[in-house]
Amino acid sequence: MSLATSFERLDRRWIHAVTGLLVLLPLLLPLNFPLGPSPPVRAYHDAITALPAGSTVLMSCDFDPASRPELEPMTRTTLRQLFRRHCKVVVVVLYPGGARLVDWIVQDVARENRQVDGVDYVNLGYKAGNEAVMVLMGQSIPGAFPRDHNGRDATRLPIMQSVRNYSSCAMLVSLSVGYPGTREYVQQVRGRFHIPIIAGVTAVSAPTLYPYLQTGQLRGMLGGMSGAAEYEDLRFERGMASRGMDAQSLAHVFIALCIVFGNLAQWERKRKEAA
Amino acid sequence: MKREIPLFVTAAAGLFMILSFFVPHQAVSVPADFLQQSAIIIVAFGIVLGGANLLRVNLAGVVRRQPGWPYRLVLIAGLVVTVALGLIEGRDFQAAGTRSTWIYDQVYSSMSSAMFALLAFFIASAAFRAFRIRTAEAVLLAAAALIVMMGRVPLGGVLTAGLPRELRVETIAQWILDVPQNAANRAILIGAALGVMATGLRVILGIERSYLSGED
Repeated sequence: MSLATSFERLDRRWIHAVTGLLVLLPLLLPLNFPLGPSPPVRAYHDAITALPAGSTVLMSCDFDPASRPELEPMTRTTLRQLFRRHCKVVVVVLYPGGARLVDWIVQDVARENRQVDGVDYVNLGYKAGNEAVMVLMGQSIPGAFPRDHNGRDATRLPIMQSVRNYSSCAMLVSLSVGYPGTREYVQQVRGRFHIPIIAGVTAVSAPTLYPYLQTGQLRGMLGGMSGAAEYEDLRFERGMASRGMDAQSLAHVFIALCIVFGNLAQWERKRKEAA
Repeated sequence: MKREIPLFVTAAAGLFMILSFFVPHQAVSVPADFLQQSAIIIVAFGIVLGGANLLRVNLAGVVRRQPGWPYRLVLIAGLVVTVALGLIEGRDFQAAGTRSTWIYDQVYSSMSSAMFALLAFFIASAAFRAFRIRTAEAVLLAAAALIVMMGRVPLGGVLTAGLPRELRVETIAQWILDVPQNAANRAILIGAALGVMATGLRVILGIERSYLSGED
């Protein structure tokens, strides 16, 4: 049996087993491949660095557990950078399945940085309405979110005393998995309320946002786990994304090899059939 | 009148929303705010309606013993239990230690993560069996895919570290994303935006009426 025939008849369970091993082993035994920040990641980092200390930042975390490996690391690193710049962080969620996960991440990072809930940061929780909520926040953020995630009256919280609408915020950080997310913020909010936006998105949706990055409608962008890992590298952190990149590196190489060998096997079979 | 009133409401709402974009006066912004608030309330009702519809469709499937009915039963049980616990726990259903948060953390979170993780196996399998290069366009697609895949991970940089900077895989991958990919994406965006504007105008002017009763 030729090599081409062997490839053609290869049981898919072998492919699954190799994929599993290539993902699992680097997580257990890190390879520590060197990381270098790409221009969109550096721009994201620099946009936060350029914020005046003490600024209020609106952070829209629109993701759920399915996209957690990509978006949780960038959420954590962004919150750490914002807290270290003494920024006040107002978190909102427009993605139905994400409120609980986002609250858990925000509380965890806030505890680690000794930030006070309601004073240094607040999680306003989830609100249904997609683009309508985005536009409504342009009129009034407490109007769109009268209560925070824990049910407290938002207008009575110290952090919210200086927060009226987008004009009260120095920047919008959109961390999103899909709809509603960064694209909708650019379309509905950037042009109308002129707030600078930076974004962290999944690797799948990153290419669709490059036009906004090139026009300056997005000041910076983290694309997928690689973007999160490069951002961690810029912040001198070795977090979940950096550890995950070893696994993703090997998985990408394996998928590339699968494409090459799959086609080689097909060409070999066709050549034999023609002969 | 059954048709004229909805057409008038649609046209008025559409016009106010467009005007609110350009006119910052109270006469426009106050009604526009009201319309946005109304939209949010309607969306909230939509969630309830969606849940009720899900229940109705799947209950019918279970009663008629349609293929896969046990899965429908699991779905109904999940929906009913989650909603019931949320109602019992009231406003504090999201507080730490409640049964609702347990369901989210231990069931929803784990299952949706597992579903997404399975993609790695299916993508590898599909890459081997289904990604066939048969035409010149497919060659371009495969070459771009391979370069971007390798350029977006550190191992790609390690493998081409000995080459001049312009020839390294991460530089070429960034160029593909910045130039050809961006150009194609921009064309799609502009085309889609023009389509949305045209459809919006047709709805406001009452030319497009399919949303009323399914008619063209």
